[in-house]
Amino acid sequence: MAEAQNIPVGSTTAGQIAVAAESTVATRMSAPPSFDVADFPVPHGREEEWRFTPLERLRGLHDGSAVATGDGLKVDIDAPEGVVVETVGRDDARIGKAGTPVDRVAAQAYSAFEKASVVSVPKETVLSEPIRIAVHGEGGIAYGHQVIELGAFAEAVVVIDHTGDAVLAANVDYILGDGAKLTVVSVQDWDDKAVHVGQHNALIGRDATFKSFVVTFGGDLVRLHPRVSYAGTGGEAELFGLYFTDAGQHQEHRLLVDHNTPHCKSNVAYKGALQGDDAHAVWIGDVLIEAKAEGTDTYEMNRNLVLTDGARVDSVPNLEIETGEIVGAGHASATGRFDDEQLFYLMARGIPAGEARRLVVRGFFAELVQQIGVDDIEERLLTKIDEELEASV
Amino acid sequence: MATLEIRDLHVTVEVENGTKEILKGVDLTVKQGETHAIMGPNGSGKSTLAYSLAGHPKYTITEGTVLLDGEDVLEMSVDERARAGLFLAMQYPVEVPGVSVSNFLRTSATAIRGEAPKLRTWVKEVKEAMQHLNMDPAFAERNVNEGFSGGEKKRHEILQLELLKPKIAILDETDSGLDVDALRVVSEGVNRVRETGEVGTLLITHYTRILRYIKPDHVHVFAAGRIAESGGPELADKLEAEGYEAYTKGGVSA
Repeated sequence: MAEAQNIPVGSTTAGQIAVAAESTVATRMSAPPSFDVADFPVPHGREEEWRFTPLERLRGLHDGSAVATGDGLKVDIDAPEGVVVETVGRDDARIGKAGTPVDRVAAQAYSAFEKASVVSVPKETVLSEPIRIAVHGEGGIAYGHQVIELGAFAEAVVVIDHTGDAVLAANVDYILGDGAKLTVVSVQDWDDKAVHVGQHNALIGRDATFKSFVVTFGGDLVRLHPRVSYAGTGGEAELFGLYFTDAGQHQEHRLLVDHNTPHCKSNVAYKGALQGDDAHAVWIGDVLIEAKAEGTDTYEMNRNLVLTDGARVDSVPNLEIETGEIVGAGHASATGRFDDEQLFYLMARGIPAGEARRLVVRGFFAELVQQIGVDDIEERLLTKIDEELEASV
Repeated sequence: MATLEIRDLHVTVEVENGTKEILKGVDLTVKQGETHAIMGPNGSGKSTLAYSLAGHPKYTITEGTVLLDGEDVLEMSVDERARAGLFLAMQYPVEVPGVSVSNFLRTSATAIRGEAPKLRTWVKEVKEAMQHLNMDPAFAERNVNEGFSGGEKKRHEILQLELLKPKIAILDETDSGLDVDALRVVSEGVNRVRETGEVGTLLITHYTRILRYIKPDHVHVFAAGRIAESGGPELADKLEAEGYEAYTKGGVSA
């Protein structure tokens, strides 16, 4: 089921489908999940979960040397009527409910944050306007924790927008009640020097729908762990992502969908474009179908468009199946350059090469962007993509 | 009057075990207002001629000249050739995911015309052209060639022909894969453009069927990489009756 069209320059695509009694997804992590940073040894870089990440650029988030500066980050939450926004202490029961840190930096963030912010949408509340969370870095070091909770049959769109410069380790929990519908757009539009590491845990209630867009443009190093598990049958997760990795940037997205409950669906589609020397994108797509998760339907896909020499992609889809009683499971990964036939077609209609390339890349991303359904965000992302392309292609 | 002059054109492609010459000295002059049918068996080099004129990077010109109104076409990039007035309707139009037909048409018209068409007249122009080709308005919102049927792809090519108004139109097996109804609609589109008298048409086809709808002024038989015989419409009748056998005897040399 895996397909791979590799290019010779700086690209790897590995993929496997394992049918095993014991989870390799869990065992290949160097330590079991934990909320306590002390349970994770300081990584040295050769561990499976760290081998693609330049540790020296984490600015100490991984070894305990990064101390929060107190005024490093500004968070503004703009929520429509009916939404409850709270700042809570570490002992709030909702914190950590959706998932447990799986690596040292996520545990560090969990161990270090002082106050968490909880945004809740009461049951059966259907919002017509998005909740907007603006996270703006002001040059400091920060640890954070954010909880978004939807009651049963609530519906909401949440936009989390990261801008400015920061060294940030922060986790986000999404808790979806039965029948709830949550769309989350997390935009990493950081300045060039920013470092952002975080784990996003979604716990999807019975018959609930979780749709996530992770959009990464900026930063020196961004490493995110979007993770999904299910609290009841009939849950659906759609995980979309797009990244535009420029010269010198490291952008890493490590996904896990844990099908721990029967009759749930997941669909993963991440697309990236890379340009410039030492642009490095990493995509890890782990899907685990546990023995009890009969009736699972899952597909994951990663596509990369390498626009110039000197960029590198590591794309690793990994599908692990412990039961044969499923509806479907598949994965695909492909990394390639511009399609010369597309360029020829557009140019044969008078469109100059540069503009033709921009059309193709814009189109490559537009397919995903068009599914966000929040007009101003769609427009902003397409404009941002145009700007990236104007600068280079 | 626009004139395309092809002189002693030789073209090679890279194949597994080296370089292969496909065109072996093509001479042809197409003037505005004229329709030339190029007919020939599979593998005779008809499509190579079409793609070489449009500037596809796969083909290498080793000898010869191509002039459009005295300008050296072979020195031009693919997009420059299109802006100079050459149009290639492709046999296998390419899918461009995420780019809508309406965006594509407008971008293309802007490039060819040198300025963005005025929105109101443009919308009307596209709508009318689509109606002529029996195309649903919803078509404009689909992605270029993505999921199009064979007939839809060809209609979309002819839609572009009508909107871009080239000086020289090369139609590469536009009739292939079309049922009779679609063939008629597509042919009517080509004829509307021809009737303006402003386009020279190079109609490349394997079959005589399309010539019942589009009447050529000149018919050329293509074999083994060059024009083997030229004549008037009566030559097509001869091919209809006798096939290409007379031209392929001795084989299409490799």
